Amino acid sequence: MLAKRIIPCLDVTNGRVVKGTNFVDLRDAGDPVECAIAYNEQEADELVFLDITASVDGRDTMVDVVRRTAKHCFIPLTVGGGIRKVEDMREMLLAGADKVGINTAAIINPGLIDEGATAFGSQCIVCAIDAKKEGPGKWGIYTHGGRKPMGIDAVEWAKEVYNRGAGEILLTSMDADGTKDGYDIELTAAVSEAVGIPVIASGGAGNLQHMVDVLEQGKADAVLAASIFHFGQHTVGEAKDYFAERNIPVRPTCK
Amino acid sequence: MKVGIIDYGAGNLQSVLNAFHALGAEANLITTPAELADLTHLVLPGQGEFGDCSRKLEASGMTQPIKDWITADKPFLGICVGYQLLFEGSEESPTSKGLGIFKGQNVKFTDEAGLKVPHMGWNGVTPQNPNLSMWNGMSDEPYFYYVHSYFPQAEEADVVACVTTYGNQTFHGAVTRGNLIATQFHPEKSQHAGLQLLKNFLAL
Repeated sequence: MLAKRIIPCLDVTNGRVVKGTNFVDLRDAGDPVECAIAYNEQEADELVFLDITASVDGRDTMVDVVRRTAKHCFIPLTVGGGIRKVEDMREMLLAGADKVGINTAAIINPGLIDEGATAFGSQCIVCAIDAKKEGPGKWGIYTHGGRKPMGIDAVEWAKEVYNRGAGEILLTSMDADGTKDGYDIELTAAVSEAVGIPVIASGGAGNLQHMVDVLEQGKADAVLAASIFHFGQHTVGEAKDYFAERNIPVRPTCK
Repeated sequence: MKVGIIDYGAGNLQSVLNAFHALGAEANLITTPAELADLTHLVLPGQGEFGDCSRKLEASGMTQPIKDWITADKPFLGICVGYQLLFEGSEESPTSKGLGIFKGQNVKFTDEAGLKVPHMGWNGVTPQNPNLSMWNGMSDEPYFYYVHSYFPQAEEADVVACVTTYGNQTFHGAVTRGNLIATQFHPEKSQHAGLQLLKNFLAL
């Protein structure tokens, strides 16, 4: 049976993990490559690097991080942040990324989704959607970390990115993000039921039951989380054990 | 041991190269038939649309050399579309031809309520013959990473190496014959199980 995926996310700027981690065995918890290797050893199902650097120099650093990570981690690697054109995608994919995440650039120029899917295949294109509740059963999409409303309905936008050839949707609830009160289940279910591609739920994970809830009730195909793993609250292996006890299919760890 | 990964412009090959390097193998991308001469192991990867890959492979001049290599039963590994291309054709591009090494066509997952296509993520495989050397060192139901919407239906039952179930559909996840292994899943992205399979391929 297809496993539900557990995906740790590392925010990176100028070649450093932003919030840091406190993995016990790392020499340098701010080094994204070391963090990625640690998650690879925990048997995470995939990894996401989110490059929050604005400068061009910073992106060259990110390409190097991806290149070094790909030599050690043999699980799918997604890189998002600052990808504005097909050439940016190609650069990350050639460095060893398997998928690229696009968000603002796709909203400004939706044709980028079609171009990326045509050039590299839909499986390479992950559309990130930041959504914020605007009323009962209604969410809008935002850019700039949730500050700038785009006046577009989140579920309608999800359908559009699906129709344009995105391979996956990385859905972040701006309301839940950072609260540790749980994912936005209603939003996740609304998007997941509207599209025929996998939906990765993001934002709000405070404990393992939150992940179970969004996978079961929110119909998510994968869960993304950062702090719950970064600060040693849980390992990926613990999450898998917790899921398996609740009959959620997971990729078994080798232990 | 010298591994050649055929670079015919279809997909990103860095992961495949990295995985063989991690196993300590000498591996390089190859673009011309002449480079086959000093290889011991040949890999045909592939990503994207069947017809597009078929045309690019034909244009690379590698079609006949690959057939000759397989006929000579030298170690060969097909991955993803590189697996699908070993069959006769595909629903995805009815006018394009496969290599016809195996009898059968590639078909798309049938619509099912709630079933998302592509089939993307980690899924378990059930080996049809656990004694095959390609399964050495693995659990009874190893998990591999899949990303695909189409899959081949092998007509010769004895070549099927494993099956995988997605929704209510069970498909052929890999085939093998002699020193040929071909997989719909991506061993280069399947961590322990994937690297073990590549190691078993290198042992051929």
